[in-house]
Amino acid sequence: MKSQKFWAWLVFGLGAAYFIVPLLATFEFSLRMRRGEYSFDAYASVFADPKFAASFSYSVIVGLFTIVVGMFVVVPAVYFVRLRMPWLRPFMEFVTLLPLVIPALVLVYGYIRLYGSSSLIPFTGSILGTDILLTCAYVTLAMPYMYRAVDNGMRTIDIGTLTEAAQIMGASQMRIITSIILPNILVAILSGAFLTFAIVIGEFTIASLLNRPAFGPYLVGIGTNRAYEPAALAIISFIITWGAMGMINVLGRFAPRTYARTD
Amino acid sequence: MHRASFPHPSHEWSGTSPLMGEARRGWGNPHSVRIMASSPTPRRIPWDSLAVFPFVIFAVMFLFLPTLSLFGAAFTDRAGNFTFENIAGLFTDQIMSAYWISIRISGASALLGALIGLAITLAIIRGKLPQGLRSAVMTFSGVASNFAGVPLAFAFIATLGRLGLATIVLRTLFDFDIYRQGGFNLFSFWGLTLTYLYFQIPLMMLTIAPAIDGLKKEWNEAAQTLGASTWQFWRYIGFPILWPSVLGTLSLLFANAFGAIATAWALTGSNLNIVTVLLYNQIRGDALQNPGLGAALAVGMILITSLANVIYLVVAARAERWMK
Repeated sequence: MKSQKFWAWLVFGLGAAYFIVPLLATFEFSLRMRRGEYSFDAYASVFADPKFAASFSYSVIVGLFTIVVGMFVVVPAVYFVRLRMPWLRPFMEFVTLLPLVIPALVLVYGYIRLYGSSSLIPFTGSILGTDILLTCAYVTLAMPYMYRAVDNGMRTIDIGTLTEAAQIMGASQMRIITSIILPNILVAILSGAFLTFAIVIGEFTIASLLNRPAFGPYLVGIGTNRAYEPAALAIISFIITWGAMGMINVLGRFAPRTYARTD
Repeated sequence: MHRASFPHPSHEWSGTSPLMGEARRGWGNPHSVRIMASSPTPRRIPWDSLAVFPFVIFAVMFLFLPTLSLFGAAFTDRAGNFTFENIAGLFTDQIMSAYWISIRISGASALLGALIGLAITLAIIRGKLPQGLRSAVMTFSGVASNFAGVPLAFAFIATLGRLGLATIVLRTLFDFDIYRQGGFNLFSFWGLTLTYLYFQIPLMMLTIAPAIDGLKKEWNEAAQTLGASTWQFWRYIGFPILWPSVLGTLSLLFANAFGAIATAWALTGSNLNIVTVLLYNQIRGDALQNPGLGAALAVGMILITSLANVIYLVVAARAERWMK
């Protein structure tokens, strides 16, 4: 039994080293900009770059729209399928699995072919259209995670009984969703939202192929032109991801009765 | 369902609450369709289907149609006629080697990620390590599995690049140059695999932890009572139960790495001829100088990842029998 514990610690230690060393090295590298001493110059340089603020806020806005649109698509569908049309569940499971099977690169290729400027629905013909297409692409990308978060949230509350009770009180369908179902699955929705945010904020492939000035393409541009800023940006990105995941963990503690999906 | 036994006067409700009346009759029952069709209030019917509408439209517009259009383009020549030429065009050295490198990198990172992830998860859950460690590690896994793409490439350049911290430390302390003496190159097969492991291992840990939790303590005790050694427990009980989940996660990891591009792009640029980079250049500027061939390339990718996921689905169905 002693040896078992030794092996456990050894495996854990090696694993921890693999995960912590790159973070430490990146942090150390990001401090090396000024010759001979450690400084936060690289971070200052990043924050002083107007393109950083522009691309970051662009990605944040697209991320927020992605969350809103995604919830509008997912929540009613999950609610009614759970409540009234359980036979549609396999279809939903299948659809929400697809974005994990079809690479994002392939999807965006299809979008560009299908929604080009000379097509029936010319999304890419205008800037606004491309932004809408980018948002929809991100909704598709985040669909598996949003669906599972919302579905888990609805499983922990008895939506059948809640809906019936509300209907007996005379509540309209709209009111049932907005003032009974939504507040009850708020934690699940927010978990899905933060996960979506973490996925969308640094996304490169789709944004770059649709030619939008998002954070991901900005990062790649910095990576080819600068030495120390990329390391600083990697640390900043890690902190953002950590923040989003940390929020999900904190929220998990407020989930009704059983825990919403946290990890 | 308790809904059926709920007593209330149905006629008063049918007007104001379309859902209740419909649910009691049962949706999808051919008999109920006849009743609804003859109903004087037609707005009863669409409510629930209408709510699913955005989802279905979304799936059609942004998943089905784009994929179908690529399949269509892959079998169409420039004049618009049906052809197998594009598929046949895939069998050139450049494209086949791109597929092959991608398959090898995805396979290696999935296999290593699964093995290492399994080992770490076992150590944490079954290795009698302190309780608090588990939630900390799982939280970190959630972060690391999402810390992919461009920033991850930056982190590994800062660590194992020519000027990276690990490279310099190894050179100054042990006088060992991993680039010159070790033959290592971050912008190569093993470099990319090592980088991918940073999100593959945590993904494995997150998906396999519930399965390891499913191994009940009682089984361990029963085996010990019957005189089984630790090795025998894992050989005959633990591993046979875990392996469907392991294999299933393996295909998930494979598809995950196979479709990845951002990390590879930021790390190697066009240096490494993997299939996603090839397709990216094709979409950007028709690098293959044949749109149909590009579509065929994409279709080939879908087929490979679907194959991995079909294995996953079959195996996951098997695994579920044990988790109850």
